[in-house]
Amino acid sequence: MKNTSHLPNFRNLGIALRILIIANLALIFAAFILSDGADAFIYQLTSISTFAQPILLSNLLLLYGFHPLLNKTTYRRAIVFVFILIALGTTAVHAFFSQFWIFTDQPTILRVMFYCWLMTAITLYYFNLHHRAYSPAITEARLQALQARIRPHFLFNSLNAVLSLIRDQPKQAETALEDMADLFRVLMAENRELVPITQEIALCRQYLALEKLRLDERLNVVWQIDDVLPDILIPPLLLQPLIENAVYHGIEPSASSGTINIQIYTKQNETHLLLKNPCTTQNKHHHGNNMALKNIKERLTLHFDLEASLKSKLVDGIYEVHITLPNQKQKTNA
Amino acid sequence: MLNLNIIIADDEAPARKRLRTLLGDIPNTHVFAEAKNGKELLEVMNNAQSTQAPVDIVLLDIRMPEMDGVEAAQHIQKMPKPPAVIFTTAYDNYAIQAFDMNAVDYLLKPVRLERLQTALQKARALLPKQLEALAPLGTQRTHISINERGRILLVPISDVIYLRAELKYITVRTAERAYLVEESLSHLEQVFGQIFTRMHRNCLVANAYILGYEKRDLDEQQWVVLLKSIPETINISRRQQHLIHQKK
Repeated sequence: MKNTSHLPNFRNLGIALRILIIANLALIFAAFILSDGADAFIYQLTSISTFAQPILLSNLLLLYGFHPLLNKTTYRRAIVFVFILIALGTTAVHAFFSQFWIFTDQPTILRVMFYCWLMTAITLYYFNLHHRAYSPAITEARLQALQARIRPHFLFNSLNAVLSLIRDQPKQAETALEDMADLFRVLMAENRELVPITQEIALCRQYLALEKLRLDERLNVVWQIDDVLPDILIPPLLLQPLIENAVYHGIEPSASSGTINIQIYTKQNETHLLLKNPCTTQNKHHHGNNMALKNIKERLTLHFDLEASLKSKLVDGIYEVHITLPNQKQKTNA
Repeated sequence: MLNLNIIIADDEAPARKRLRTLLGDIPNTHVFAEAKNGKELLEVMNNAQSTQAPVDIVLLDIRMPEMDGVEAAQHIQKMPKPPAVIFTTAYDNYAIQAFDMNAVDYLLKPVRLERLQTALQKARALLPKQLEALAPLGTQRTHISINERGRILLVPISDVIYLRAELKYITVRTAERAYLVEESLSHLEQVFGQIFTRMHRNCLVANAYILGYEKRDLDEQQWVVLLKSIPETINISRRQQHLIHQKK
Protein backbone atom coordinates (compact mmCIF):
# COMPACT_ATOMS: atom_id res chain seq x y z
CA MET A 1 0.00 0.00 0.00
CA LYS A 2 1.18 3.47 -0.77
CA ASN A 3 1.57 5.87 2.09
CA THR A 4 -1.36 8.30 2.02
CA SER A 5 0.05 10.76 4.57
CA HIS A 6 0.96 14.13 3.15
CA LEU A 7 3.68 14.66 5.72
CA PRO A 8 7.07 15.27 4.13
CA ASN A 9 9.80 12.71 4.66
CA PHE A 10 11.98 14.48 7.21
CA ARG A 11 14.73 11.98 6.59
CA ASN A 12 15.11 13.04 3.00
CA LEU A 13 18.07 15.31 2.38
CA GLY A 14 16.13 17.42 -0.11
CA ILE A 15 13.32 18.01 2.38
CA ALA A 16 15.75 18.98 5.17
CA LEU A 17 17.53 21.32 2.80
CA ARG A 18 14.28 23.01 1.80
CA ILE A 19 13.25 23.46 5.45
CA LEU A 20 16.59 25.10 6.20
CA ILE A 21 16.29 27.38 3.19
CA ILE A 22 12.71 28.43 4.02
CA ALA A 23 13.53 29.11 7.67
CA ASN A 24 16.68 31.04 6.85
CA LEU A 25 14.95 33.13 4.20
CA ALA A 26 12.36 34.00 6.85
CA LEU A 27 15.17 34.97 9.26
CA ILE A 28 16.75 37.24 6.69
CA PHE A 29 13.36 38.77 5.99
CA ALA A 30 12.75 39.36 9.71
CA ALA A 31 16.19 40.92 10.15
CA PHE A 32 15.55 43.15 7.16
CA ILE A 33 12.21 44.38 8.56
CA LEU A 34 13.68 45.06 11.99
CA SER A 35 16.70 47.06 10.80
CA ASP A 36 17.06 50.39 9.02
CA GLY A 37 20.58 50.16 7.57
CA ALA A 38 23.20 47.75 6.29
CA ASP A 39 25.14 47.63 9.56
CA ALA A 40 21.99 47.22 11.61
CA PHE A 41 20.84 44.46 9.24
CA ILE A 42 24.04 42.46 9.75
CA TYR A 43 23.80 42.94 13.52
CA GLN A 44 20.14 41.90 13.57
CA LEU A 45 20.80 38.86 11.42
CA THR A 46 23.66 37.59 13.59
CA SER A 47 21.81 38.18 16.83
CA ILE A 48 18.67 36.45 15.56
CA SER A 49 20.73 33.65 14.06
CA THR A 50 22.73 32.82 17.19
CA PHE A 51 19.43 32.16 18.84
CA ALA A 52 17.33 30.82 16.00
CA GLN A 53 19.76 28.42 14.32
CA PRO A 54 20.15 26.10 17.33
CA ILE A 55 16.36 25.98 17.69
CA LEU A 56 15.94 25.27 14.00
CA LEU A 57 18.57 22.54 13.95
CA SER A 58 17.41 20.80 17.11
CA ASN A 59 13.80 20.84 15.90
CA LEU A 60 14.94 19.36 12.61
CA LEU A 61 16.80 16.64 14.51
CA LEU A 62 13.67 15.91 16.57
CA LEU A 63 11.59 15.54 13.43
CA TYR A 64 14.27 13.32 11.94
CA GLY A 65 14.20 11.11 15.05
CA PHE A 66 10.43 10.88 15.28
CA HIS A 67 9.80 10.50 11.57
CA PRO A 68 8.99 6.74 11.66
CA LEU A 69 6.45 7.38 14.45
CA LEU A 70 4.88 10.32 12.65
CA ASN A 71 4.62 8.26 9.54
CA LYS A 72 2.47 5.63 11.23
CA THR A 73 -0.44 7.88 12.13
CA THR A 74 -2.91 9.94 10.09
CA TYR A 75 -1.94 13.25 8.53
CA ARG A 76 -4.02 15.33 10.98
CA ARG A 77 -2.58 13.65 14.01
CA ALA A 78 0.91 13.83 12.59
CA ILE A 79 0.49 17.60 12.13
CA VAL A 80 -0.55 17.96 15.79
CA PHE A 81 2.45 15.89 16.86
CA VAL A 82 4.76 18.03 14.75
CA PHE A 83 3.52 21.18 16.50
CA ILE A 84 3.93 19.53 19.90
CA LEU A 85 7.44 18.37 19.00
CA ILE A 86 8.35 21.86 17.82
CA ALA A 87 6.97 23.32 21.06
CA LEU A 88 8.99 20.86 23.16
CA GLY A 89 12.17 21.41 21.18
CA THR A 90 11.83 25.16 21.23
CA THR A 91 11.12 25.24 24.97
CA ALA A 92 14.11 23.03 25.69
CA VAL A 93 16.51 25.18 23.70
CA HIS A 94 14.99 28.35 25.14
CA ALA A 95 15.43 27.02 28.66
CA PHE A 96 19.01 26.06 27.90
CA PHE A 97 19.74 29.55 26.62
CA SER A 98 18.05 31.18 29.67
CA GLN A 99 20.59 29.35 31.85
CA PHE A 100 23.66 30.51 29.90
CA TRP A 101 22.45 33.56 28.02
CA ILE A 102 25.00 36.33 27.98
CA PHE A 103 22.95 38.90 26.09
CA THR A 104 20.38 40.89 27.94
CA ASP A 105 17.71 41.05 25.33
CA GLN A 106 16.62 37.43 25.15
CA PRO A 107 13.17 37.24 23.55
CA THR A 108 10.40 35.81 25.70
CA ILE A 109 9.36 32.21 25.24
CA LEU A 110 5.98 33.35 23.90
CA ARG A 111 7.50 35.37 21.09
CA VAL A 112 9.87 32.56 20.16
CA MET A 113 7.11 29.97 20.26
CA PHE A 114 4.84 32.11 18.13
CA TYR A 115 7.56 32.56 15.57
CA CYS A 116 8.47 28.87 15.51
CA TRP A 117 4.87 27.73 15.11
CA LEU A 118 4.34 30.26 12.38
CA MET A 119 7.38 28.92 10.54
CA THR A 120 6.20 25.34 11.06
CA ALA A 121 2.78 26.19 9.66
CA ILE A 122 4.27 27.92 6.62
CA THR A 123 6.68 25.08 5.96
CA LEU A 124 4.03 22.38 6.33
CA TYR A 125 1.71 24.36 4.08
CA TYR A 126 4.47 24.64 1.49
CA PHE A 127 5.13 20.90 1.59
CA ASN A 128 1.43 20.17 1.31
CA LEU A 129 1.23 22.35 -1.80
CA HIS A 130 4.37 20.80 -3.16
CA HIS A 131 2.98 17.36 -2.47
CA ARG A 132 -0.20 18.20 -4.33
CA ALA A 133 1.76 19.49 -7.29
CA TYR A 134 3.62 16.22 -7.24
CA SER A 135 0.61 14.23 -6.08
CA PRO A 136 0.74 10.46 -6.60
CA ALA A 137 -1.62 10.77 -9.54
CA ILE A 138 0.55 13.32 -11.28
CA THR A 139 3.81 11.63 -10.33
CA GLU A 140 2.45 8.34 -11.60
CA ALA A 141 1.27 9.89 -14.81
CA ARG A 142 4.71 11.37 -15.33
CA LEU A 143 6.43 8.10 -14.48
CA GLN A 144 4.19 6.37 -16.95
CA ALA A 145 4.97 8.89 -19.64
CA LEU A 146 8.64 8.44 -18.85
CA GLN A 147 8.43 4.71 -19.14
CA ALA A 148 11.49 3.49 -20.93
CA ARG A 149 10.85 2.51 -24.50
CA ILE A 150 13.08 -0.05 -26.08
CA ARG A 151 14.37 0.71 -29.56
CA PRO A 152 12.29 -0.95 -32.29
CA HIS A 153 15.63 -1.47 -33.99
CA PHE A 154 16.56 -3.88 -31.18
CA LEU A 155 13.24 -5.71 -31.30
CA PHE A 156 13.34 -6.44 -35.03
CA ASN A 157 17.01 -7.29 -35.13
CA SER A 158 16.56 -9.70 -32.21
CA LEU A 159 13.57 -11.35 -33.85
CA ASN A 160 15.67 -11.70 -36.96
CA ALA A 161 18.47 -13.30 -34.96
CA VAL A 162 16.07 -15.75 -33.31
CA LEU A 163 14.62 -16.68 -36.70
CA SER A 164 18.11 -17.53 -37.92
CA LEU A 165 18.50 -19.99 -35.05
CA ILE A 166 15.23 -21.86 -35.36
CA ARG A 167 16.24 -24.40 -38.00
CA ASP A 168 19.67 -25.38 -36.72
CA GLN A 169 19.74 -24.46 -33.03
CA PRO A 170 16.16 -24.73 -31.76
CA LYS A 171 17.28 -24.88 -28.12
CA GLN A 172 19.15 -21.59 -28.35
CA ALA A 173 16.17 -20.08 -30.10
CA GLU A 174 13.97 -21.17 -27.19
CA THR A 175 16.21 -19.52 -24.62
CA ALA A 176 16.37 -16.34 -26.68
CA LEU A 177 12.60 -16.14 -26.99
CA GLU A 178 12.22 -16.72 -23.25
CA ASP A 179 14.66 -13.88 -22.57
CA MET A 180 12.71 -11.66 -24.92
CA ALA A 181 9.45 -12.53 -23.21
CA ASP A 182 10.89 -11.60 -19.80
CA LEU A 183 12.36 -8.38 -21.12
CA PHE A 184 9.16 -7.25 -22.78
CA ARG A 185 7.08 -8.21 -19.73
CA VAL A 186 9.07 -5.69 -17.71
CA LEU A 187 9.07 -3.13 -20.49
CA MET A 188 5.33 -3.26 -20.85
CA ALA A 189 4.55 -3.36 -17.14
CA GLU A 190 3.59 -0.24 -15.25
CA ASN A 191 6.97 0.44 -13.78
CA ARG A 192 6.16 2.83 -10.99
CA GLU A 193 7.24 0.96 -7.89
CA LEU A 194 10.86 0.49 -6.97
CA VAL A 195 12.32 -2.99 -7.49
CA PRO A 196 15.23 -4.86 -5.86
CA ILE A 197 18.51 -4.20 -7.62
CA THR A 198 19.05 -7.93 -8.21
CA GLN A 199 15.95 -7.99 -10.38
CA GLU A 200 17.27 -5.20 -12.58
CA ILE A 201 20.66 -6.89 -12.85
CA ALA A 202 19.03 -10.17 -13.92
CA LEU A 203 17.03 -8.30 -16.56
CA CYS A 204 20.16 -6.61 -17.89
CA ARG A 205 21.89 -9.98 -18.18
CA GLN A 206 18.98 -11.33 -20.23
CA TYR A 207 19.05 -8.27 -22.42
CA LEU A 208 22.79 -8.64 -22.95
CA ALA A 209 22.39 -12.32 -23.82
CA LEU A 210 20.12 -11.24 -26.68
CA GLU A 211 22.56 -8.61 -27.86
CA LYS A 212 25.37 -11.14 -27.67
CA LEU A 213 23.38 -13.36 -30.00
CA ARG A 214 23.39 -10.61 -32.62
CA LEU A 215 26.80 -9.12 -32.11
CA ASP A 216 28.68 -12.19 -30.93
CA GLU A 217 32.39 -11.52 -30.38
CA ARG A 218 31.98 -7.81 -31.04
CA LEU A 219 30.31 -7.39 -27.65
CA ASN A 220 32.19 -7.95 -24.39
CA VAL A 221 30.69 -7.17 -21.02
CA VAL A 222 32.53 -6.99 -17.73
CA TRP A 223 30.38 -6.96 -14.61
CA GLN A 224 31.94 -5.90 -11.35
CA ILE A 225 29.53 -6.10 -8.45
CA ASP A 226 31.07 -5.41 -5.03
CA ASP A 227 29.25 -5.92 -1.72
CA VAL A 228 25.94 -4.59 -2.95
CA LEU A 229 23.00 -5.35 -0.69
CA PRO A 230 20.65 -7.48 -2.79
CA ASP A 231 17.49 -5.86 -1.41
CA ILE A 232 18.43 -2.27 -2.29
CA LEU A 233 15.53 -0.73 -4.18
CA ILE A 234 16.01 1.11 -7.45
CA PRO A 235 13.63 2.40 -10.11
CA PRO A 236 12.92 -0.37 -12.62
CA LEU A 237 14.65 -0.06 -15.99
CA LEU A 238 17.31 2.22 -14.59
CA LEU A 239 20.26 0.28 -15.93
CA GLN A 240 18.84 -1.48 -18.99
CA PRO A 241 18.28 1.64 -21.15
CA LEU A 242 21.81 2.79 -20.33
CA ILE A 243 23.27 -0.54 -21.41
CA GLU A 244 21.13 -0.41 -24.53
CA ASN A 245 22.61 3.01 -25.28
CA ALA A 246 26.10 1.66 -24.69
CA VAL A 247 25.50 -1.13 -27.21
CA TYR A 248 23.86 1.14 -29.76
CA HIS A 249 26.42 3.96 -29.61
CA GLY A 250 29.50 2.17 -28.39
CA ILE A 251 29.53 -1.33 -29.85
CA GLU A 252 27.42 -1.40 -32.99
CA PRO A 253 29.16 1.41 -34.90
CA SER A 254 32.53 -0.30 -34.59
CA ALA A 255 33.71 -3.26 -36.62
CA SER A 256 36.17 -4.39 -33.97
CA SER A 257 35.11 -5.68 -30.58
CA GLY A 258 34.35 -3.37 -27.68
CA THR A 259 33.85 -3.79 -23.96
CA ILE A 260 31.07 -2.45 -21.76
CA ASN A 261 32.09 -2.09 -18.13
CA ILE A 262 29.39 -2.21 -15.48
CA GLN A 263 30.43 -1.51 -11.92
CA ILE A 264 28.06 -1.58 -8.98
CA TYR A 265 29.26 -0.87 -5.45
CA THR A 266 28.14 0.53 -2.11
CA LYS A 267 29.91 3.42 -0.49
CA GLN A 268 28.80 5.37 2.58
CA ASN A 269 25.23 4.15 2.53
CA GLU A 270 24.88 4.94 -1.15
CA THR A 271 24.78 2.64 -4.15
CA HIS A 272 26.88 3.60 -7.14
CA LEU A 273 26.27 2.38 -10.67
CA LEU A 274 29.09 3.08 -13.08
CA LEU A 275 28.79 2.27 -16.75
CA LYS A 276 31.56 2.72 -19.31
CA ASN A 277 31.60 2.10 -23.03
CA PRO A 278 33.87 3.07 -25.90
CA CYS A 279 32.45 5.89 -27.97
CA THR A 280 33.38 6.58 -31.56
CA THR A 281 33.42 10.30 -32.12
CA GLN A 282 31.75 10.32 -35.49
CA ASN A 283 28.19 9.38 -34.88
CA LYS A 284 25.19 11.57 -35.12
CA HIS A 285 22.76 9.57 -33.06
CA HIS A 286 23.43 11.51 -29.87
CA HIS A 287 19.89 12.76 -29.85
CA GLY A 288 18.39 9.47 -28.68
CA ASN A 289 21.08 9.09 -26.08
CA ASN A 290 20.21 12.37 -24.39
CA MET A 291 16.54 11.43 -24.34
CA ALA A 292 17.24 8.27 -22.36
CA LEU A 293 19.52 10.10 -19.92
CA LYS A 294 16.98 12.86 -19.37
CA ASN A 295 14.30 10.28 -18.81
CA ILE A 296 16.33 8.42 -16.18
CA LYS A 297 17.34 11.67 -14.49
CA GLU A 298 13.72 12.71 -14.14
CA ARG A 299 12.67 9.33 -12.78
CA LEU A 300 15.48 9.48 -10.23
CA THR A 301 14.27 12.90 -9.11
CA LEU A 302 10.68 11.71 -8.79
CA HIS A 303 11.76 8.78 -6.65
CA PHE A 304 14.65 10.17 -4.61
CA ASP A 305 14.49 13.97 -4.97
CA LEU A 306 17.96 15.44 -4.46
CA GLU A 307 19.47 12.31 -2.96
CA ALA A 308 20.15 10.62 -6.27
CA SER A 309 22.30 11.91 -9.08
CA LEU A 310 23.29 11.03 -12.62
CA LYS A 311 26.45 12.32 -14.26
CA SER A 312 27.85 11.54 -17.67
CA LYS A 313 31.09 12.44 -19.36
CA LEU A 314 33.24 11.56 -22.35
CA VAL A 315 36.94 11.14 -21.58
CA ASP A 316 39.49 9.79 -24.08
CA GLY A 317 36.91 8.03 -26.18
CA ILE A 318 35.26 6.36 -23.20
CA TYR A 319 31.73 7.39 -22.36
CA GLU A 320 30.87 7.11 -18.70
CA VAL A 321 27.58 7.32 -16.82
CA HIS A 322 27.67 7.47 -13.02
CA ILE A 323 24.50 7.08 -10.96
CA THR A 324 24.39 7.53 -7.20
CA LEU A 325 21.37 6.37 -5.22
CA PRO A 326 20.51 6.32 -1.54
CA ASN A 327 20.37 2.81 -0.09
CA GLN A 328 16.65 2.36 0.25
CA LYS A 329 15.51 -1.01 1.47
CA GLN A 330 12.27 -2.90 1.38
CA LYS A 331 10.03 -1.98 4.29
CA THR A 332 9.47 -5.12 6.34
CA ASN A 333 5.97 -4.25 7.54
CA ALA A 334 4.64 -2.45 4.52
CA MET B 1 16.93 -20.06 -65.89
CA LEU B 2 20.26 -18.54 -65.07
CA ASN B 3 21.67 -18.63 -61.61
CA LEU B 4 21.47 -15.37 -59.69
CA ASN B 5 24.79 -14.54 -58.05
CA ILE B 6 24.07 -12.81 -54.76
CA ILE B 7 26.24 -11.11 -52.13
CA ILE B 8 24.91 -10.64 -48.60
CA ALA B 9 26.26 -7.64 -46.70
CA ASP B 10 25.26 -7.32 -43.04
CA ASP B 11 27.29 -6.76 -39.88
CA GLU B 12 25.28 -9.27 -37.83
CA ALA B 13 26.11 -12.92 -38.36
CA PRO B 14 22.57 -14.19 -37.58
CA ALA B 15 21.10 -11.76 -40.11
CA ARG B 16 23.45 -13.06 -42.81
CA LYS B 17 22.64 -16.61 -41.87
CA ARG B 18 18.92 -15.97 -42.04
CA LEU B 19 19.19 -14.57 -45.58
CA ARG B 20 21.41 -17.46 -46.61
CA THR B 21 18.83 -19.95 -45.28
CA LEU B 22 16.01 -18.22 -47.14
CA LEU B 23 18.01 -18.08 -50.37
CA GLY B 24 18.61 -21.79 -49.93
CA ASP B 25 14.86 -22.22 -50.31
CA ILE B 26 14.75 -20.23 -53.54
CA PRO B 27 15.88 -22.17 -56.62
CA ASN B 28 18.39 -20.69 -59.07
CA THR B 29 20.04 -18.48 -56.51
CA HIS B 30 23.60 -18.73 -55.37
CA VAL B 31 25.17 -16.91 -52.45
CA PHE B 32 28.41 -15.80 -53.98
CA ALA B 33 29.89 -14.22 -50.86
CA GLU B 34 29.14 -12.54 -47.53
CA ALA B 35 30.49 -9.25 -46.22
CA LYS B 36 30.48 -7.76 -42.72
CA ASN B 37 30.59 -4.11 -43.82
CA GLY B 38 30.72 -1.87 -46.85
CA LYS B 39 34.47 -2.02 -47.17
CA GLU B 40 34.50 -5.81 -47.19
CA LEU B 41 31.71 -5.78 -49.74
CA LEU B 42 33.73 -3.64 -52.13
CA GLU B 43 36.74 -5.91 -51.72
CA VAL B 44 34.60 -8.92 -52.56
CA MET B 45 33.17 -7.07 -55.57
CA ASN B 46 36.64 -6.20 -56.81
CA ASN B 47 37.70 -9.83 -56.57
CA ALA B 48 34.58 -10.91 -58.40
CA GLN B 49 35.37 -8.43 -61.14
CA SER B 50 38.90 -9.78 -61.58
CA THR B 51 37.68 -13.39 -61.79
CA GLN B 52 35.01 -12.38 -64.29
CA ALA B 53 32.25 -13.66 -62.01
CA PRO B 54 29.24 -11.41 -62.47
CA VAL B 55 27.51 -10.35 -59.27
CA ASP B 56 23.84 -9.87 -59.99
CA ILE B 57 22.39 -8.71 -56.71
CA VAL B 58 23.66 -7.26 -53.44
CA LEU B 59 21.49 -7.54 -50.35
CA LEU B 60 22.78 -4.53 -48.47
CA ASP B 61 22.19 -3.61 -44.82
CA ILE B 62 22.11 0.13 -44.18
CA ARG B 63 23.56 0.34 -40.68
CA MET B 64 27.02 -1.21 -40.70
CA PRO B 65 30.31 -0.21 -39.08
CA GLU B 66 33.38 0.93 -41.08
CA MET B 67 31.31 1.86 -44.10
CA ASP B 68 27.53 1.92 -44.12
CA GLY B 69 25.30 0.58 -46.85
CA VAL B 70 24.49 3.94 -48.38
CA GLU B 71 28.15 4.80 -48.95
CA ALA B 72 28.89 1.29 -50.22
CA ALA B 73 26.07 1.66 -52.75
CA GLN B 74 27.53 4.96 -53.96
CA HIS B 75 30.87 3.30 -54.61
CA ILE B 76 29.34 0.21 -56.21
CA GLN B 77 27.51 2.36 -58.68
CA LYS B 78 30.80 3.45 -60.21
CA MET B 79 31.65 -0.08 -61.27
CA PRO B 80 31.47 -0.88 -64.96
CA LYS B 81 28.47 -3.18 -64.59
CA PRO B 82 26.93 -2.36 -61.24
CA PRO B 83 24.83 -5.12 -59.66
CA ALA B 84 21.28 -4.58 -58.50
CA VAL B 85 21.02 -3.38 -54.93
CA ILE B 86 18.32 -4.36 -52.46
CA PHE B 87 18.64 -2.60 -49.14
CA THR B 88 17.72 -4.38 -45.92
CA THR B 89 16.84 -2.68 -42.67
CA ALA B 90 15.30 -3.72 -39.37
CA TYR B 91 13.73 -0.43 -38.53
CA ASP B 92 14.40 3.00 -39.82
CA ASN B 93 11.54 5.36 -40.52
CA TYR B 94 13.63 7.84 -42.47
CA ALA B 95 15.15 5.16 -44.65
CA ILE B 96 11.80 3.59 -45.44
CA GLN B 97 10.34 6.95 -46.37
CA ALA B 98 13.29 7.67 -48.64
CA PHE B 99 13.06 4.23 -50.24
CA ASP B 100 9.37 4.55 -50.94
CA MET B 101 9.72 8.05 -52.34
CA ASN B 102 12.49 7.06 -54.72
CA ALA B 103 11.26 3.58 -55.60
CA VAL B 104 14.37 1.94 -54.20
CA ASP B 105 14.11 -1.80 -53.54
CA TYR B 106 14.26 -2.70 -49.90
CA LEU B 107 13.39 -5.49 -47.50
CA LEU B 108 12.39 -5.22 -43.87
CA LYS B 109 14.11 -7.58 -41.45
CA PRO B 110 12.98 -10.16 -40.47
CA VAL B 111 12.57 -10.91 -44.16
CA ARG B 112 9.80 -13.17 -45.48
CA LEU B 113 10.52 -15.74 -48.15
CA GLU B 114 7.85 -14.41 -50.54
CA ARG B 115 9.00 -10.81 -50.15
CA LEU B 116 12.57 -11.86 -50.86
CA GLN B 117 11.44 -13.74 -53.94
CA THR B 118 9.54 -10.79 -55.41
CA ALA B 119 12.39 -8.42 -54.58
CA LEU B 120 14.88 -10.66 -56.41
CA GLN B 121 12.63 -10.79 -59.46
CA LYS B 122 12.30 -7.07 -59.91
CA ALA B 123 15.75 -6.12 -58.66
CA ARG B 124 17.71 -3.63 -60.75
CA ALA B 125 20.70 -1.37 -60.40
CA LEU B 126 20.29 1.91 -58.57
CA LEU B 127 20.00 5.06 -60.62
CA PRO B 128 22.23 8.03 -59.79
CA LYS B 129 19.15 10.04 -58.90
CA GLN B 130 18.03 7.43 -56.36
CA LEU B 131 21.48 7.35 -54.82
CA GLU B 132 21.54 11.08 -54.45
CA ALA B 133 18.24 10.95 -52.61
CA LEU B 134 19.61 8.32 -50.21
CA ALA B 135 22.81 10.20 -49.39
CA PRO B 136 21.41 11.95 -46.30
CA LEU B 137 20.58 8.55 -44.75
CA GLY B 138 24.22 7.58 -44.43
CA THR B 139 26.70 8.78 -41.88
CA GLN B 140 29.61 10.97 -42.94
CA ARG B 141 31.24 9.37 -45.98
CA THR B 142 34.59 7.87 -45.03
CA HIS B 143 36.12 7.14 -48.44
CA ILE B 144 36.58 8.46 -51.93
CA SER B 145 36.30 5.73 -54.50
CA ILE B 146 38.47 5.73 -57.58
CA ASN B 147 37.68 3.68 -60.61
CA GLU B 148 40.98 2.41 -61.94
CA ARG B 149 40.97 -0.11 -64.76
CA GLY B 150 37.64 -1.57 -63.69
CA ARG B 151 38.58 -1.86 -60.04
CA ILE B 152 37.31 0.31 -57.26
CA LEU B 153 40.09 1.76 -55.12
CA LEU B 154 39.04 3.19 -51.81
CA VAL B 155 41.00 6.13 -50.46
CA PRO B 156 40.20 6.93 -46.82
CA ILE B 157 39.20 10.56 -46.64
CA SER B 158 41.62 11.05 -43.74
CA ASP B 159 44.55 10.29 -46.11
CA VAL B 160 43.59 12.95 -48.62
CA ILE B 161 45.79 16.07 -48.49
CA TYR B 162 44.09 18.10 -51.19
CA LEU B 163 41.54 17.87 -53.98
CA ARG B 164 42.25 19.91 -57.09
CA ALA B 165 40.06 20.34 -60.13
CA GLU B 166 41.89 19.88 -63.42
CA LEU B 167 39.93 20.06 -66.63
CA LYS B 168 37.27 17.35 -66.29
CA TYR B 169 38.98 15.41 -63.52
CA ILE B 170 39.83 15.97 -59.90
CA THR B 171 43.26 15.13 -58.55
CA VAL B 172 43.03 13.39 -55.18
CA ARG B 173 46.43 13.79 -53.52
CA THR B 174 47.58 11.56 -50.66
CA ALA B 175 51.08 11.33 -49.19
CA GLU B 176 51.89 8.38 -51.47
CA ARG B 177 50.41 9.29 -54.81
CA ALA B 178 47.77 11.14 -56.78
CA TYR B 179 44.54 9.68 -58.18
CA LEU B 180 42.10 10.98 -60.72
CA VAL B 181 38.34 10.92 -60.14
CA GLU B 182 35.41 12.10 -62.17
CA GLU B 183 33.43 14.11 -59.70
CA SER B 184 32.65 17.77 -59.25
CA LEU B 185 34.66 19.74 -56.72
CA SER B 186 31.60 21.56 -55.43
CA HIS B 187 29.90 18.23 -54.80
CA LEU B 188 32.91 16.98 -52.84
CA GLU B 189 32.96 20.25 -50.94
CA GLN B 190 29.32 19.70 -50.02
CA VAL B 191 29.99 16.19 -48.73
CA PHE B 192 33.31 16.81 -46.97
CA GLY B 193 32.97 20.52 -46.26
CA GLN B 194 33.92 20.16 -42.60
CA ILE B 195 37.22 18.43 -43.31
CA PHE B 196 38.43 20.67 -46.15
CA THR B 197 38.86 24.36 -46.73
CA ARG B 198 38.59 25.98 -50.14
CA MET B 199 41.87 27.75 -50.80
CA HIS B 200 41.36 28.50 -54.43
CA ARG B 201 38.61 28.32 -57.01
CA ASN B 202 39.93 24.91 -58.04
CA CYS B 203 41.34 23.51 -54.80
CA LEU B 204 40.19 22.11 -51.45
CA VAL B 205 42.85 21.48 -48.78
CA ALA B 206 42.37 19.12 -45.83
CA ASN B 207 42.47 21.10 -42.58
CA ALA B 208 44.48 18.36 -40.90
CA TYR B 209 47.32 18.70 -43.41
CA ILE B 210 47.72 22.48 -43.28
CA LEU B 211 51.18 23.19 -41.88
CA GLY B 212 51.15 26.95 -42.29
CA TYR B 213 51.09 29.84 -44.75
CA GLU B 214 53.88 31.60 -46.55
CA LYS B 215 54.12 34.77 -48.57
CA ARG B 216 55.88 34.34 -51.88
CA ASP B 217 57.85 37.28 -53.24
CA LEU B 218 57.63 36.25 -56.87
CA ASP B 219 54.27 37.77 -57.30
CA GLU B 220 53.05 40.66 -55.31
CA GLN B 221 50.95 39.41 -52.36
CA GLN B 222 50.89 35.76 -53.34
CA TRP B 223 50.26 33.50 -50.35
CA VAL B 224 50.65 29.74 -50.40
CA VAL B 225 49.64 26.91 -48.09
CA LEU B 226 52.44 24.71 -46.77
CA LEU B 227 51.41 21.08 -46.43
CA LYS B 228 52.35 18.25 -44.14
CA SER B 229 53.80 15.06 -45.71
CA ILE B 230 54.43 16.54 -49.17
CA PRO B 231 56.70 19.40 -50.35
CA GLU B 232 54.10 20.84 -52.73
CA THR B 233 52.39 24.13 -51.99
CA ILE B 234 48.95 25.34 -52.92
CA ASN B 235 48.26 28.90 -54.02
CA ILE B 236 45.66 30.82 -52.11
CA SER B 237 43.43 32.99 -54.22
CA ARG B 238 43.08 36.61 -53.24
CA ARG B 239 39.44 36.08 -52.32
CA GLN B 240 40.35 33.43 -49.74
CA GLN B 241 43.24 35.32 -48.14
CA HIS B 242 41.11 36.30 -45.14
CA LEU B 243 41.32 32.62 -44.13
CA ILE B 244 45.02 32.97 -43.29
CA HIS B 245 44.25 35.43 -40.55
CA GLN B 246 41.29 33.47 -39.25
CA LYS B 247 43.15 30.21 -38.99
CA LYS B 248 46.26 31.56 -37.31
